[in-house]
Parts: sequence; structure tokens; C-alpha cells
Amino acid sequence: MALNHIWFLVVGFLFIGYFVLDGFDFGVGISLPFLGKDDTDRRVLINTIGPVWDLNETWVLVAGASLFASFPEWYASLFSGFYLALLLILAALIARGVAFEYRSKGESTRWKATFDWMIFVGSALPALLWGVAFANIVEGVPLNAKHIYTGNLFTLLNAYGLMGGLTTLGVFWLHGLIFITLKTDGEIKDRARQLAKRVGYGATVIAATFLLITLFQHFSVIGLLLTGIAAVALIAAQVANWMKREGVAFTLMVVTIVTAVGALFAALYPNVLPSTTNVAYSLTIDNASSSQYTLTVMSWVAGCMIPFVLAYQAWTYWVFRNRISRKSIPAGSH
Amino acid sequence: MHLAGQALAGLDPLTLSRWQFGLTTVYHFLFVPLTIGMVLLVAIMQTAWTRTGDEKWLKMTKLFGKIFLINFAMGVVTGIVQEFQFGMNWSDYSRFVGDVFGAPLAMEGLLAFFFESTFIGLWIFGWGRLSKRVHLATIWITTFGVWASGYFILAANAFMQHPVGFVINHAKNRAQLTDIGAVLTNIVALNQFPHTITASIMFAGAVMVAVAAYHLKRNQYVDSMYKSLRFGLWASILGGIGTVISGDGLGLAMVQTQPMKMAAAEALYKTSTGYDASFSLFSWGTPDGSSEIFSVRVPYLLSFLSTHTLNGTVEGLNDLQAQYVHLYGPGNYMPIIWLTYWAFRWMIGLGMLTMLVGVVGLVLTRKNRIQLPKWVWNTAIWASPLSLTAIAVGWTFTEMGRQPWLVFSLMKTADGVSPGITGLDVLISLIVFTLIYGVLAVVEFGILRKAVAAGPDVLVAEPEHSDDDQLTVAY
Repeated sequence: MALNHIWFLVVGFLFIGYFVLDGFDFGVGISLPFLGKDDTDRRVLINTIGPVWDLNETWVLVAGASLFASFPEWYASLFSGFYLALLLILAALIARGVAFEYRSKGESTRWKATFDWMIFVGSALPALLWGVAFANIVEGVPLNAKHIYTGNLFTLLNAYGLMGGLTTLGVFWLHGLIFITLKTDGEIKDRARQLAKRVGYGATVIAATFLLITLFQHFSVIGLLLTGIAAVALIAAQVANWMKREGVAFTLMVVTIVTAVGALFAALYPNVLPSTTNVAYSLTIDNASSSQYTLTVMSWVAGCMIPFVLAYQAWTYWVFRNRISRKSIPAGSH
Repeated sequence: MHLAGQALAGLDPLTLSRWQFGLTTVYHFLFVPLTIGMVLLVAIMQTAWTRTGDEKWLKMTKLFGKIFLINFAMGVVTGIVQEFQFGMNWSDYSRFVGDVFGAPLAMEGLLAFFFESTFIGLWIFGWGRLSKRVHLATIWITTFGVWASGYFILAANAFMQHPVGFVINHAKNRAQLTDIGAVLTNIVALNQFPHTITASIMFAGAVMVAVAAYHLKRNQYVDSMYKSLRFGLWASILGGIGTVISGDGLGLAMVQTQPMKMAAAEALYKTSTGYDASFSLFSWGTPDGSSEIFSVRVPYLLSFLSTHTLNGTVEGLNDLQAQYVHLYGPGNYMPIIWLTYWAFRWMIGLGMLTMLVGVVGLVLTRKNRIQLPKWVWNTAIWASPLSLTAIAVGWTFTEMGRQPWLVFSLMKTADGVSPGITGLDVLISLIVFTLIYGVLAVVEFGILRKAVAAGPDVLVAEPEHSDDDQLTVAY
């Protein structure tokens, strides 16, 4: 297998890692106004992802930089083409990040309410927009002969794109709710489970529709396999949630996201950014990739570092494996 | 309506993108130096506490650790913008250099960002949860991650100043990597890295001095704050000395790789040798060479800085301009001279002033003397932004001195901007970033002030959850 095909998989792996990890951060953020009845509740929720949100978010930086190094043409056309959509994502991620850090640095209700609102919007908006972006990447965008995007922000907000957005929004929200049942104890856990049931119905319908349309438009055996696993895992995760098997439910949600995003990458292959203007203008694994030498260097770096990164990040999750509840929040603190 | 349309059509994506890159980069780098410098100082303080058990060190670790973290968050969130902007606003640049430039960026992610972000989380939430030694290791690994990240990004930047390790693929119209070792050991990166690190330590030391001065002025927390004061003063001075030494090396590298930038730093129009290659400390009138009314000059100094000899020759702007026209075709190859000239001087002057404040401070406060007039403490507090300003103008000099090139000798800035974006797109993003960054600056400053005013003792008094049923909460 040629190196640029391997790097298509590496980029896919990094984005999958990002969606699995930051996906539940988004879900927790979206749940904040729904599950957090008072400040203590909201602090429980935020602290479930407290030690890890930063490392989870780092995956998008690494995915973006790896995309730049391995497929510069893809990076250049995609990032300049999706200019305003990415601006919104950046603004949202900035708002979310500082809100996590600064929320506890003040006492007033207004101070905290402001940052709670920023966490909610800063989570919901990227959860929606990443889906819109990836749906459009799979479906193709208007690119001219020089691979330059000729649409605007509203070109991306087509029906298929929005359906992709609602899919990621719903699935990430569900993922976050199930993560909360795994990481908390007490009444808040029960409320998260109940809410997960209702969110699950909507997320299942929209995700199934979106993935089926994708499969029929870009059929492949591997796509069929991944879509099938994603559908089964998504439903099984909800059954496990009803049966109060949080660990199983969370694992199945991870499987869902891995296979669903995998199915999108399978639908994209061997393109990386198809052109709807003219098929000949499409960016592909071959015409967008870096030189053989660069890919070789990067393969060594990624091959040595990724297993190591996974190991120490897994260790971090193990260190912070304990559940957290209202009892964990020291009284009188803020 | 017609007028509004005309105004929008007149918006130039290039000019706006340059302003946006400048704004977001300078802003990002207001937070990064404190991160780079303070992470080391906190690691040293925590090591001292682990080894001696002296509670003063613990208080210092906690207080300055908190200041470090408040600042770290800003560096992280503004850093994402930096990485996305290459593709968003400079896609033709990304197409042209991505094969080379992307590699150090991806390495930064895989080798440095993951370390930083993972181990900083372990450090914040690991108090009382990890063993003392393991917890200490997390801050040192974070230091490694922060510094490694700095190295890779400086290697990427060095390629723009002095491209090495590549060939031009004419069929694909792009630069292709041929030697990653050459890119990572670029002479500019090797010199820029120690210069950046030591300047950051100088600033972090100055921040410690300012915090200590705030409390000593009020005669509170004297035990830990006097120690912080002395520690910060030494860090600032040693960092300053390192900045001077590494700056000297960087100057030599600059003469070798970008002589135009050195000539522009000095507004030296005519090639000069020996006595005439003087360094002007001050120049009155426009330094465009035609109307200098008055200047204070140190003979031989520029020759010495540029070549380490007294009778060296320093090439002037006019000769270099002629050379470049010959090499690269017609055009203006000079950066904006008044800007480089004054930025270079302000960088050096403010750095020197920081060191002077440090030395005077060491003398004034020796042998536990803290009964000093208020103005002394106020000076210490207000002197802390000097070195940060020096760093900001230093980078302004480095990047503006590179103009008109985006990648020296290969691509001009005007050719790198994204062809697909409109002036309106960039105007919107420029306004969004300016507003967000403006609000954040105010909030960040307020939170820092509050953390400083609260002092160190309250942080140590916080209960630590060693009980396994409970997770340490930090938010």
C-alpha cells in the first residue's frame, strides 16, 4: 500500500480519535442546561471532563497539522474554502475553553451563568458544524480547476450537509449523556440516563437516515460493513443504557462513532475533496498528497509516537477513572 | 447601497489577512512567553519543595502554578487559531510550502502538544492523587512538551526566514522536503530557540517579582513572597543574560542569512566598514538616510555585532537592493525601515531596562530588607510588562524585517494569500477575533489580578482529596 493511502488512514484515525474524545466533551457541554439544576450539578458535570477536555481537543490540532503535512492541497483548499464555518468553530472552541477555565474564578451568579452559556454554545455549535463540514467533504463542493472553492458559507448549508450536522449533534449529545452516566453517581446519573433515552430516539433516526443516504450514494463493501456495525452498535448502546450497563453502553458508543466516521472516510475514498463543478477538478489521495520523502519521515514520527501517545492518554483516563458526584464538590467552595 | 458595494469591493483580502495574522499572532504570543518561562520556574519550585519539604516552596508552586494555568488556557485557545489560519488565509502559501512546512507542525502536534495537554491535566488534577514524585514528573514532562512545541514552531518559522532542506518541484509548483535534519537544525532555529526561551524566563521572573512586590508593599505573606521576589529577580537577570548572549548569536545568523534585515535594523543605507559601521543609539529625523539631523553613534559596534570583528564590513540597504533586483527581478526588497529600525532599538532597550530593574532590585532587597518606600514596589510591579513588550516588538522586527518575502527568496507575502476568500470574509473574521480577543484580555487580566491578590496561603489550605472515593475537582 502506498504511503499516501496509509496517510489517508492516519488522518482518518486522528479525526475519529478527535470525534470519539471531544465528542463526549461536546455532549457534556450540551447537557449542561438540561441536567444541571443548580451550580453543584453543573460543577459535577464539568468536572467529569475537567482533566481531559484539553487533551481531547488537542486531537483536532494534531489531525489538522497531520492533514497539512500529508495532504497540503487538501488542507489549503478545505481550510480556505470553509473559511466562515471554521471561523465559527474556532470562536466556539475559544469560548468553550476559556469558559471551563474561568467559570470557577468568580462567585456571582451572573458570572457563572455567562460561562455556562458559553460552554453550551461552544459545545453545540462545533458538534453541529463538524458534521456539516464532513458531510460536505464527502458529498463534494464546487472547486475550480485550480482546486479553489467557489461557493460560500450557504453552499455548505444544504440538506445533506445539515443532516450530517444534526447527526453529529445528536450522536455526540447521546455519547456525552452516556459518558455522564459512566462518570457520575446519584440523582444526576439517573437524569442523564432518562435524557439519553429521549435523545437516543432522535439521534438514531437522523443518523440512520444520513448514513444510509451516504451508503447508497457511495456504495462499497467496507462502507456497508461499517455502516452496519455503526447502526447495530448505536441501537445496542441504547439498550445497554436502559439496562443500566454504563460501561457497555459507552464502549458501544465509541464503536458507533469509530465506524460511522470510518464509513464517511470509506465513502470519500479515493477522493479527499471531490469537486461538484467537474470530476476532473477533484482533489484525490494522489494529486493532493505530499512527496514520498515527507510521507516517509512523517510515517516514522507517527509510527513511533501514536502508540506512545495512546498509552499515556489511556493511563490518564485510568488515573481519573473514579465517578464523581455532589459529594465530591467541597461545600463552601466555588 | 451602491456605495456600500463599492466599499466592500475595495476590501483587500491581502491587507486584511496580514493585519489579522499580525493581530492574532502578537496576541497569542502575549501568553506564550509566560507559559514557556513560568512552567520551568514552577517545576523548579515544586522540585525544591519535594526535596526540602519547606512549605514556602509549596505556597510558591501553588500561587505561581495558578497564574501559569490562567495564562496557559489563553495560549491554548488562541493557538488553535494560529494553526487553522495558514490554510484559511494563506492557502497559496500552504500549497507552496506544505510539503516542508507541514512536517514540523505535525511533529509539534504528535511530539509536543499531546504531552503538554495530557500532563498539564494530570498536574492540575493530580494534587494529592498522584504520588509526590509522579506528580512532580508531570510538571517536568509538561515543561518538555511546552519547550519542544516551541522548538518545532521556531523550526517552521526559520524555514520562512532561511529556507533549507528542500528542492523546488516545478511541475507541481511547490517546495519539497529533501532533508528533515536540515530543516530541524536550521541555523536560524538553533539561535532563535535559546533567544525565545531565555527571554521568556526573563519575563516570567519579572512577573514573579511583580506579584511578590504587590504583597510585600502590603507587608503580607512575607515569608513566601520574599523568597519569590529573590527567586524572580535572579530568574529575570539570568534569563536576561541568556537573552543577550543568544541574541548575539541570532544577530550573526541574521547577517549570514538575511543581511537585508540587519541593514534594515540599523537603517544602514551605505555599505560600511570598521569605524563607519557604527551602531546608532538614537537618531533624530527620519532614518531614511537623507535627513538625519542628529544621532548618537557608537563606532565599530555594528561591525562587531555583525561579524565579531572591529574592521568587518556590513552591507548597506542600497547595495543589497541592487543585488536582489539582479537575483530576483525588479521590485522593492526593503522592509519598512522606520519600523525595523525602531523595533530593533525598543527590543534591546526594554530588555536592558528589565535587567537593570532586576539588578537594582537585588541590591535593594538583599539581607531580607523589605522596608522600602512604596514607589520602589510600584516600580517593580509596573516594570513587569517591559520585557513582554520587548518580546512583542522583537517578533515584530523579525517578521516585518522579512518583508516583502513570505518565504525568503522563494515567495512574496502578496503571493501567499488565499485566492478564494473575499475581503468581506476576512473583515468579518478580523472583527470577530478583535472582539473576542479584546473581551478575553479584560477578563483574563481581571482574573489574574484576583488570583494575585488572593495570595498563596489560601491555596495551600484547600483540602486535598486523598480519599479514593473522591476525585479532586479543579473547576
